[in-house]
Amino acid sequence: MLVNKKKMESMADSMSSHAPIEGRSLWQDAMGRFMHNKAALISLIVLVTMIATSFIGPYLSPWDFESIDWALLGNAAEMGAPSIENGHYFGTDDLGRDQFARVMVGTQISLMVGIVGTAVAVVVGVLYGAISGYFGGRLDNVMMRFVDILMSIPYMFILIILFVMFGRSIYLLFIGLGLFSWMDMARIVRGQTLAIKHKEYIEAAVAAGVSDFKIILKHIVPNLLGIVVVYTSLLIPGLILTESFISFLGLGIQEPLTSWGALINDGAKTIQYGTLWQLLFPLAFFVTGLFCFFFIGDGLRDAFDPKDR
Amino acid sequence: MALHNLKPYEDRILIDNKNNFKKVAMATAIAAATVFTSMSAFSAVHPVTGETLAADQTYTYRLLDGIPTMDPTLGEDVNGSQIMRDLFEGLLNQDASGAEEPGVALGYDVSADGKTYTFNLRKSNWSNGDPVTAHDFVYAWQRAVDPKTAASYQWYMKMMNVVNINAVADGKMAVDQLGVKADGDYKFVVSLDAPLPYFASMVTHPVTFPVHKATVEKHGQAWTRPENMVSNGAYKLTEWVLKERNVRERNTAYWNNDATILDKVVALVINDENQALIRYKAGDLDQTEVPAGQYPAMKKSLPNEATSFPRLCNYYYTFNLSDNGPEVFKDLRVRKALSYAIDRDVIVNNVTKGGQYPAYSFTPAATSGFKMPTIDYSKWSQKDRDAKAVALLAEAGYGKGMKTLKFDMLYNSSESHKKIATVMAQMWKQKLGVEAVLANQEWKTFLETRKTGGFQLARGAWCGDYNEASTFLDLVTTEAGYNHGRWVNKEVDQLMSDAKTATDPNINYTRVEQIMAADMPVIPVYHYTGVLMLKENFKGYPINNVQTTTYSRVMYKTAK
Amino acid sequence: MFSFIVRRIFSSIPTMLILILISFALMRFAPGSPFSTERGLPPEVLANLEAKYGLNLPWFEQLFTYIKNILFHFDFGPSFKYKDISVNEILAQGFPVTLTYGLWSFVVAVTVGIPLGIIAAIRHNTALDYAAVGITIGAQVLPNFVMAPILVIIFSLWLEWLPGGGWNGGQWQYVILPVIALSTSYMASIARIARSSMLEVLHSNFIRTAKAKGLPMRNIILRHALKPALLPVVTYLGPAFVGMITGSVVIDMYFSTGGMGQFFVDAALSRDYSLLMGVTILFGVMTILFNAVVDIAYAWLDPKIRL
Repeated sequence: MLVNKKKMESMADSMSSHAPIEGRSLWQDAMGRFMHNKAALISLIVLVTMIATSFIGPYLSPWDFESIDWALLGNAAEMGAPSIENGHYFGTDDLGRDQFARVMVGTQISLMVGIVGTAVAVVVGVLYGAISGYFGGRLDNVMMRFVDILMSIPYMFILIILFVMFGRSIYLLFIGLGLFSWMDMARIVRGQTLAIKHKEYIEAAVAAGVSDFKIILKHIVPNLLGIVVVYTSLLIPGLILTESFISFLGLGIQEPLTSWGALINDGAKTIQYGTLWQLLFPLAFFVTGLFCFFFIGDGLRDAFDPKDR
Repeated sequence: MALHNLKPYEDRILIDNKNNFKKVAMATAIAAATVFTSMSAFSAVHPVTGETLAADQTYTYRLLDGIPTMDPTLGEDVNGSQIMRDLFEGLLNQDASGAEEPGVALGYDVSADGKTYTFNLRKSNWSNGDPVTAHDFVYAWQRAVDPKTAASYQWYMKMMNVVNINAVADGKMAVDQLGVKADGDYKFVVSLDAPLPYFASMVTHPVTFPVHKATVEKHGQAWTRPENMVSNGAYKLTEWVLKERNVRERNTAYWNNDATILDKVVALVINDENQALIRYKAGDLDQTEVPAGQYPAMKKSLPNEATSFPRLCNYYYTFNLSDNGPEVFKDLRVRKALSYAIDRDVIVNNVTKGGQYPAYSFTPAATSGFKMPTIDYSKWSQKDRDAKAVALLAEAGYGKGMKTLKFDMLYNSSESHKKIATVMAQMWKQKLGVEAVLANQEWKTFLETRKTGGFQLARGAWCGDYNEASTFLDLVTTEAGYNHGRWVNKEVDQLMSDAKTATDPNINYTRVEQIMAADMPVIPVYHYTGVLMLKENFKGYPINNVQTTTYSRVMYKTAK
Repeated sequence: MFSFIVRRIFSSIPTMLILILISFALMRFAPGSPFSTERGLPPEVLANLEAKYGLNLPWFEQLFTYIKNILFHFDFGPSFKYKDISVNEILAQGFPVTLTYGLWSFVVAVTVGIPLGIIAAIRHNTALDYAAVGITIGAQVLPNFVMAPILVIIFSLWLEWLPGGGWNGGQWQYVILPVIALSTSYMASIARIARSSMLEVLHSNFIRTAKAKGLPMRNIILRHALKPALLPVVTYLGPAFVGMITGSVVIDMYFSTGGMGQFFVDAALSRDYSLLMGVTILFGVMTILFNAVVDIAYAWLDPKIRL
């Protein structure tokens, strides 16, 4: 939903025209261009810092994410505000749990959901698209028809049904999100596979008797990496947003673990009770994180698609 | 058995649940109400209290969700029955304290053997002008029992012991064989298989309300649409948008219309309780629930509006003692240790914060007639309880330097259940080193899991159907469907079955509670309160009725 | 064109069948039943209810009857939860609400988003551009379940300008806040897409040629650049419209509008099989329909594409 499909496709076209011949220098060019994109570079640094903080942070805090500070339990509005003295740097939630530690855990989980979900989508999408494009013919027709059908299904609804009916687990979250986001990837990859499968080096490999499976994995997939990288950077924030929506419905991650979406949702419910820190800290992390992903995504796209500049 | 005859409304006599007569010295509305008419509401005063009434008598309140049905025979939810009680009127009503008072029936006679009840109906009309007769009740009761109607509360009808009811309900006998009949237009006669002391209190339930036969037959299930509905209560249904609003307005054909003060009752569906509170503050609502934990803050900022009152509901966690359950819960020491380590005061004072009562018994203390036994650990300090818990658990082989006790605790998805479960798990973790893994499931899945026994420790809660301890304690007998933990105690079964015929069943109930405290099949956590915001000028909400049976016709708004 | 539309309609039939099969299967595998309650109904009562709703028949017969009733009578059956009301009636009650604020949100998102994106592109690398980019990304990532309560507190509690929820037959005061909450993130997406595609067009050869020829900028943009720049936006509008309707869950919950989104979640939670199927099918049809509309619009804008 956040990825501009047509643009990705046109980009895929332009990349496939030179990728096989000058693959290496394309990569170097791209990295060079990316490094010159200030917004993207700063975003990358911020994001890396944020990830590092989310893992180091818990060691700096006297509280862990699930322990209750009994003195503050039920007194969040009066005594739970951010404070250095009692060690609750971001304040506490309604149960007197440390908001700093919870935001750190939430950051880890949300990023993990985004990344693993995207990984599922990319693996399925690339293999599906490559197989469909490589073999072509009737198989290609059937496989793409199937993708068309899946794309017409209101997937958010199926996702809700899935969560409602099969309970919550982080694995279902990964798989559920991933399995509903691979179709675009598959289409793009198929198009590109079609374009490169008649190149000499592929035909040479076929002539040398290399198995189809190996050709796909060794010669076709590596040439798709550019597009995959760009797509990935755009899909991750999309999935994080989707996860937050699922959390809003109360169907996300299981307590005491938490995620950005769950924290923001809890915070948004209590804005009228004078505990604004419960909303603002997770929201700041969430917004910053997504900003970074968007800028990095834009930077990568520009880097891999020079004609846009 | 004595002859029970409720005299006409003008000097009413109320009976409480144990059928003791009690003359209530309360000024009644009627005499004054003949002078008072709602149409001239301008600067009108309340006939009893003398308060000046507001010109606009519209009462607006929040509903959590759309009401599944407007058909009193099919209804099953609390919010729905509140609306049903406005739209329809049954044989008897409840007064502000929950005792029976006349409805369509002026009173009733009971035969000497206690098996025949004759209700004497008043002359009153449906909203379309047709008279309300005993035939309407006969039709409604037959319809409720008929298996083709598939009423959820058919089981409630069966509990009333009406002659032939089981055969009719199973479809083995025609509905006209049911033991109810009209003796003339204004005598409704019910024959029972066996005497039932609380029969009269049961006919205040909406499933026993009359329905208008001609309308039902003409429109089928669409008879409940505002444009089709014919009703006999104080209000008529005028608008019903499922997930948005439900509006009832004054029914001028109601027999006691002159005493009705509110002209219009609007229920707005607002899914989120916090959003509802914002809208209450913005002046859109006259009544809404206070979200868990917010009562003290609201009491501080709006002391005359935040209200907390006891309700007949308990909240507990049940051990799975069946073969599916974990072996370790079969050890009494473990069960006791887990129960002792819960600091109930912290839960009610710092989590729910709505004036709830810490619970050490299954039956709420507010239950009428119930005598609370002395429960040993309720008197101890929490420190002593904790020490005892550690010791008991160590005896069972768990604790520091020994095995770690680990189990799942199951609750259904909801903000406040989540909070309570989190706090309980942390109490166990920090005091006993026990690892309780939270597992929430959405409602229907939760019900299924609990019913089929696929849990280790599960949340349970029950609201009394009637104001007597057996409504709770019947649940822990071996045969009870709600006994999800499958606790088996022959003595309890015997005590509860004896209680049905005992002269003072409360002795049995007290004994059952003692057994439960000793055997700890469940961990009682707290007993509910209703926690509401009520606008200062909105009066008459039945906060003294532990079952919160509401009738909008007794509520009113005063001028500010 | 005509044959294309006919083809689309026929090709959507298998999609709908698969959708029905998936949701039917998911529901039947789900634990719990529409009739499970806290107290648990006695088996006889359950049997009565199951007979009344046809759940005692074998599953394929239920499915077959269900599909047959939809195809031949356009009847989605009775709701399991709302006992007096049929699914058709619920859809007729809820869908116009969703459609009303969905359409308005769409209009707002397009009329604000496209000009914003275009202007930002024309003023590329100016303060205006940076502001537009910052605001649109911000608007895109701010969840509407955060925005909704904030809007209500500001406009309803503090300023007392607008009602904090309800629908009241769709009076304009009740429509405004839902439309703002719903349209913002889509507006932002549209602006971002419009901006980047306009930038691309402005750097293309034919625009450079036009500039070199000395045509006035206004003419270049309006007559040459706008149409190709809108192509990617149009692609996005189909899914965006469907998204505005399906994403209405949050709006329905916070603003108590009584629209379809809430019915869907409610139907899933209460296992209202027929209502759930009805809503899913309705949204499936909308998705397919609007994707087809987009394809047609696309063909109109881009002569290179043939249907």
